[in-house]
Amino acid sequence: MTAPLHEPTAEAAPNAAEEAAVAGAEEAKQAVQGRSLGRIAWERLKRDKLALTGGIVVLVLIAIALLAPVITGLVGQDPETRHEDLIDPLFGTPTGSLGGISGDHLFGVEPVSGRDIFARIVYGAQISLLVGFLSAIVAVILGTVLGILAGFFGGWVDSFISRVMDGLLAFPQLLFIIALVSVMPNSMLGLEGTSVRVFVMILVIGFFGWPYVGRVVRGQTLSLREREYVEAARSLGAGRFYILFKELLPNLVAPIIVYTTMMIPTNILTEAALSFLGVGVKPPTASWGQMLSSAIDYYDSDPMYMVIPGVAIFITVLAFNLFGDGVRDALDPKGSR
Amino acid sequence: MSEKPKDTAVTNPAQSQGAATLTKDPAPGETLLKVTGLQKHFPIRKGLLQRQVGAVRAVDGLDFEVRAGETLGVVGESGCGKSTMGRLITRLLEPTAGTVEFEGKDITHLNVSGMRPLRRDVQMIFQDPYSSLNPRHTIGTIIGAPFKLQGVTPEGGVKKEVQRLLSVVGLNPEHYNRYPHEFSGGQRQRIGIARALALNPKLVVADEPVSALDVSIQAQVVNLLDDLQQELGLTYVIIAHDLSVVRHVSDRIAVMYLGKIVELADRDSLYKAPMHPYTKALMSAVPIPDPARRGAKSERILLQGDVPSPIAPPSGCRFHTRCWKATQICKTTEPPMLELKPGQRVACHHPENAEDQAPQDTVLLSAAKEAGELVPDAVLAESAQTSQAVANETAAAKKPAVAEETAAENPAVAKETAASEESAEDK
Repeated sequence: MTAPLHEPTAEAAPNAAEEAAVAGAEEAKQAVQGRSLGRIAWERLKRDKLALTGGIVVLVLIAIALLAPVITGLVGQDPETRHEDLIDPLFGTPTGSLGGISGDHLFGVEPVSGRDIFARIVYGAQISLLVGFLSAIVAVILGTVLGILAGFFGGWVDSFISRVMDGLLAFPQLLFIIALVSVMPNSMLGLEGTSVRVFVMILVIGFFGWPYVGRVVRGQTLSLREREYVEAARSLGAGRFYILFKELLPNLVAPIIVYTTMMIPTNILTEAALSFLGVGVKPPTASWGQMLSSAIDYYDSDPMYMVIPGVAIFITVLAFNLFGDGVRDALDPKGSR
Repeated sequence: MSEKPKDTAVTNPAQSQGAATLTKDPAPGETLLKVTGLQKHFPIRKGLLQRQVGAVRAVDGLDFEVRAGETLGVVGESGCGKSTMGRLITRLLEPTAGTVEFEGKDITHLNVSGMRPLRRDVQMIFQDPYSSLNPRHTIGTIIGAPFKLQGVTPEGGVKKEVQRLLSVVGLNPEHYNRYPHEFSGGQRQRIGIARALALNPKLVVADEPVSALDVSIQAQVVNLLDDLQQELGLTYVIIAHDLSVVRHVSDRIAVMYLGKIVELADRDSLYKAPMHPYTKALMSAVPIPDPARRGAKSERILLQGDVPSPIAPPSGCRFHTRCWKATQICKTTEPPMLELKPGQRVACHHPENAEDQAPQDTVLLSAAKEAGELVPDAVLAESAQTSQAVANETAAAKKPAVAEETAAENPAVAKETAASEESAEDK
């Protein structure tokens, strides 16, 4: 499906020979070691250039988020310092071309407040990725546990969990989150201000996301539990938990990973949407959606203010999606090796 | 695949150490497994309240026993309940009624933990070598699972034992760390066999062990099963729909039709002189791999229509809707399973190669007449001949009064052949 189709075979052949040589060397090292499905998937993923690019971008983004203070320190900016001297007092827009882009301010400064956009984008990545990852993890854990229970036990357990999933999927998620976040107290569980909002967003996005995972896991479990190897385990005297954790779960890992990677970009978009609507992270904490929201007033006079966070969201979501697609193709047993 | 490794491996004393055996092996010929009135009905539920509206009577009253050291072959068309039977005697399914006794112990309703010790003695080989091995486990994990689940530590450790088992089934012990997808179908089936043998079982139930394999591989696996039986003293129940495979491996054969056993006999009796018309039809369907004898194919008995639904099986004898010998009694009364010849039990009112069980009932059902049209004349003539021979034999043996009765039957038999010959001419 990947390289050999697009590249001439002459080019693919030395690759194969090289691989064989590597494999041979490895075999010499550790007798006859089988290639697990995970390793085959990894080798397949390595050949998918687009997915690999996406993966690298994702890694860079994660690094940026983790190293935000270091990076902003290197350029000598910080996300909350106001540079009012760079703002045109009459119009409130940054002086200089392209929203005040200069050597000091790589992406320019915000209108009115004059905060450094580069620093805010870097810090905004923290919020986006934090919410994207953690809410996906919440959704995957809930979805996996409930989906596997529904699929494995069937009967009324399945009926109940499936109806709950149907109900949640029919729920107006965005409206619910807006309503909930707007009545949030300012501090709870030892968290304050922005942390409370981020925490609630993670929980709520995760909670509304689990039925998507749950349905897939339930369907997979339904099909897997009828496989003969489950019967074989039972015929050896295996109990339910052995079958669930040793026989079924390893086979569910692939669809779960795929769903997680596909869910993260969606959640990042949801977070941006919520911040855009004013129920997400509150200023002065930086968030891409909230930057887009405040850029609306200046789309005419300072278009760069809108373009920069938009491009940041675009690149992030695109990278995750490309990577997710690649992972799915790599893990798909029906794809070519 | 070389069969060499097993010579060294099978004689390994680990097999006789008895670590996995709870009781002493029963002597050959003793009853190992006894099944009485075994039934499995799968309920059909409908509607909001999941009311039961019917049942698929997959297995509907089986009686048989398996003797230690023998191979019992179970044959029948698809959907006749063979596999369900196999899963009932290994207790993967819960029987609806009846009892299963293993070594005299009733195991019909034991729960998971109650069955666990017995799992060592009863093992199963599965049909599909692609779905019976977990793709995420290495071969070592798969064959080692029985030890882990049973809490048994074999002599010399699990890894050594697994490698020994691999060589027993003719695989390279070095492949311990490989994954199932790296093996061919035949090799995978060998892995399945190694797993089944791990705990040194007494009874192995093989559910269509070779039907998913290439014909050339089938022979290897069948011969492997045969060799293992001889060397390890195994008892097999082999479920198959391939009559030549069953003939090759079985000592006794049970023929199933729609959830019931219609005939249970020694292999030679069954293949030489099948008594149940269904068995006869099945036998005639075995392809003859010899172009010179292709003419014999004309004696093939074609059965009319499909197997009736097991949701609403036919009354009386279940085969009466497709049988060319069916009479009124077949429709109303279920034929009992009778031992008409030593070692040959059959459930039929009008058996072939044996005395008619309901000689007074001679009028064929209209369906039977239609079915008869599909049966080659040669078969009917031969059948009439043997029936007459048997009748004469019994007549000679019995008192003159009985002889009169059987004599009265003879014209009927003649009439039956005449009728079918007529219909053949009409065509």
